[in-house]
Amino acid sequence: MKRIPLILLAAMAMTLTSGCANVKPWQREHLADYTMQPDRDPLGTSQAEHIWFSREEASGGSGVGGGGCGCN
Amino acid sequence: MNTSLLKKIIFTTLLAGIFSSALAALKVGDALPDLATFKLEGKLPDTLKGKIVVVDFWASWCLPCAESFPVMDELQKKYGGRVVILAVNVDEKAAKMEKFLAKHPVTFTVVRDAQQKLVATVEPETMPTSFILDGEGKVRFLHKGFHGDETRKQYISEIDSLLK
Repeated sequence: MKRIPLILLAAMAMTLTSGCANVKPWQREHLADYTMQPDRDPLGTSQAEHIWFSREEASGGSGVGGGGCGCN
Repeated sequence: MNTSLLKKIIFTTLLAGIFSSALAALKVGDALPDLATFKLEGKLPDTLKGKIVVVDFWASWCLPCAESFPVMDELQKKYGGRVVILAVNVDEKAAKMEKFLAKHPVTFTVVRDAQQKLVATVEPETMPTSFILDGEGKVRFLHKGFHGDETRKQYISEIDSLLK
């Protein structure tokens, strides 16, 4: 196989990595917003998890246990 | 694709990543770029030469930044003219910075990097990040984030060591 010059490898590497989104720390305004917090409503989250594990039977997870009856 | 070629590609990618990050960020021992060239909004102090300068990069949406402001203000009052606290805001909109400052009034200098050119040059790893510069404008200490009283004590200890 013919040797591939280093510059071509560098170009390939740059192309491969250019698709990665890189949000700089000073650009995180929207990510830091309250609405982006997954646990912004603890009661709502626990209710949603309860419904989830009840419907999905044993596959629930997220710190809850049970067999799917929704009675605990 | 053979293994040797794959190794070369991975190696080059890693090398490019390491060099691009290592060359950009301002670190201890580096000199702060000339602030006058970045068209910052707000009035810069007349001179920073010969003074201990704390350059703090902050944003209105950053909660630790809000916690750090009373401490920065305390430092400015404690050290007076011997130390310059220079807070560089990186908000995209000036109104957000002004609203923040109305809620957290301070006595130290605040400027805004509206074009985000200075912050892109300095590349702080987190918000807030502060650099403590000696009288020659070189970074002597670097703080990533703000950790309450622990950071406050470090600031005082480091500034005192530079003032000796």
